[in-house]
Amino acid sequence: MEVLNEYGQILLILAIIFGVFMAWGVGANDVANAMGTSVGSGAITLKQAIIIAMIFEFAGAYLAGGEVTATIRKGIIDPLTLQGTPEYLVYGMLSALLAAGTWLLIASILGWPVSTTHSIVGAIVGFAAVAISVDAVNWSKVGTIAASWIVSPVLAGTISYMLFKSVQRLILDTEAPFENAKRYVPVYMFMVGFMITMVTLIKGLKHVLKDIGFTLNYFEMSLVAAAAGILVSIVGSIMLTRVKRIEAIEAEDRFANVEKVFAVLMVFTACAMAFAHGSNDVANAVGPMAAAIATIKSGAVTAKSSMPAWILLVGGVGIVIGLVTYGYKVMATIGTKITELTPSRGFAATLGASATVVLASGIGLPISTTHTLVGAVLGVGLARGLAAINLRIVATIFTSWVITLPAGAILAIIFFYIFKAIFS
Amino acid sequence: MANPILSLFGHSPIKPLQNHMHTSLQCVELLVPFFQAVIKEDWETVEATYNSIAKLEGDADNQKQDIRLHLPKSLFMPINRSDLIQLLSKQDKICNTAKDIAGIMLGRKQVVPKKISTDMTAYVKSAVAVAVEAKVVIDELDELIGSGFGGREIDRINRCITKLEKAEDKNDKRQITLRAKLHEIEADLPPVDAMFMYKTIETIGNLADCAQSAGEQIQVIIAR
Repeated sequence: MEVLNEYGQILLILAIIFGVFMAWGVGANDVANAMGTSVGSGAITLKQAIIIAMIFEFAGAYLAGGEVTATIRKGIIDPLTLQGTPEYLVYGMLSALLAAGTWLLIASILGWPVSTTHSIVGAIVGFAAVAISVDAVNWSKVGTIAASWIVSPVLAGTISYMLFKSVQRLILDTEAPFENAKRYVPVYMFMVGFMITMVTLIKGLKHVLKDIGFTLNYFEMSLVAAAAGILVSIVGSIMLTRVKRIEAIEAEDRFANVEKVFAVLMVFTACAMAFAHGSNDVANAVGPMAAAIATIKSGAVTAKSSMPAWILLVGGVGIVIGLVTYGYKVMATIGTKITELTPSRGFAATLGASATVVLASGIGLPISTTHTLVGAVLGVGLARGLAAINLRIVATIFTSWVITLPAGAILAIIFFYIFKAIFS
Repeated sequence: MANPILSLFGHSPIKPLQNHMHTSLQCVELLVPFFQAVIKEDWETVEATYNSIAKLEGDADNQKQDIRLHLPKSLFMPINRSDLIQLLSKQDKICNTAKDIAGIMLGRKQVVPKKISTDMTAYVKSAVAVAVEAKVVIDELDELIGSGFGGREIDRINRCITKLEKAEDKNDKRQITLRAKLHEIEADLPPVDAMFMYKTIETIGNLADCAQSAGEQIQVIIAR
């Protein structure tokens, strides 16, 4: 207790610095992964991608990011075991942020495709299990999280597979693909609008609407979401009227005009992807930071602490800084090098991935957006939609997955003891 | 820095494969001016054209090697890898045969007898036509992937293959006519010349067969 009174200010500043650093990392790398496919398919420009990312990452984090943040803050560790020593939770969360940030830096230099989510979860589990006690970890929750890391790419792959198969049947393999694309693409737009609104209503607006005493049941929510979906597809249809069929470009590629229709759709799925990413990955930075700050402020570990909105804002700002200072470069690299992904495939992959991520965000499971997207792309590949996929990446991801958990944990434990030595 | 999303996408072998076919066809198409020069007995042009053929054949060889190097086993494709490699070597065989034909003609300064020169020109053209049809089929490959192996695209390819088979049929018939005409005059020719003439006719026929076989490989690819 005295520790928090004495050094509270310093620890608070440290928490913010580490949190922003982590958020910077998420913005610099993860966002680029989430948005790179949209840029790569030529559907949106780099500038548009950054603007979309800034708006929808924010919206996703604020409106639907609460559950995952809560899991990171207080779901992995059992707060009751720390009631006597609240400062340990502060050290631990600071260590987790620092460990994950350091590990991401090392992995980037070595060229390993590691996940922010896995680093943070590994770090939190590590410091809690070793530096506090094995019982401090909520193992069943950790088990669920680990399982979701396997389920999420598979689910995303399945959704993307089905989406692309539907595109094949309804549009590509028909007499008049261009006309059919114009007819069916608004339906996919509806799905995007419906999905985002539904998650926002169920998870996000809960805390916003509750304050003004306004509640909806599931049926009413679906009605509102359907209305939003229709609105989105109307906006999309208006945008589609501007896509005209140019016969000349079909000489080179008969699907060139069809892809132009899908490029409009991809603007919407890119928004969905940014929203999904914001709802899940922002928590990696904000969660530990919020847990540390709440404990410092109240001087005790409380299971039911509310999260101040400014913390989310800090996380959001950190992500945008990361995106603007470094992420755009990564995005540009990915965007220019992925040439095989045409909008009709890109949309299937991004929508499959974002639906999975948003679903996980709703349940409060921190998953890796990048890995989910990889699963989604493989799904499109299984539907015979892509000319060449490098399967070696699956092995690389799996290896770095296995290394990241202990690496994050060990680093967090080391940092934990350093903090303990300095402050206690 | 390895980016997981970036390294996920392998190099598609389809465009390079089609480019290889284009080179191969360019090489084969030179046989027409080559034979025109042979008939005129303009040996300077014959040699120059042979050199162009040899150069294009070499280009195709380099392309072939490059494609093979970029086809690692870890690549996940909608098309069977060994089917693709087989297609590649079939395409390569077309221009190899063209070079062989031109090589024999130039090496022996083989003269085409006046009485069969018109038929010979038509025969060479009909063999080249088979290669053109094969190229049309192979050019459908990217659309096949673009449509996600749609049934309509497969029908379209099958129609192209029918045209290819018709072209080969035409070439076969011309071969029979040409051989018959050569048979009529063979007694007047130096025996070795006559023998090599038969050999050349046969090799041109092989070229058409190779082209047909390359185009039909697409059927194997679809049938998976």
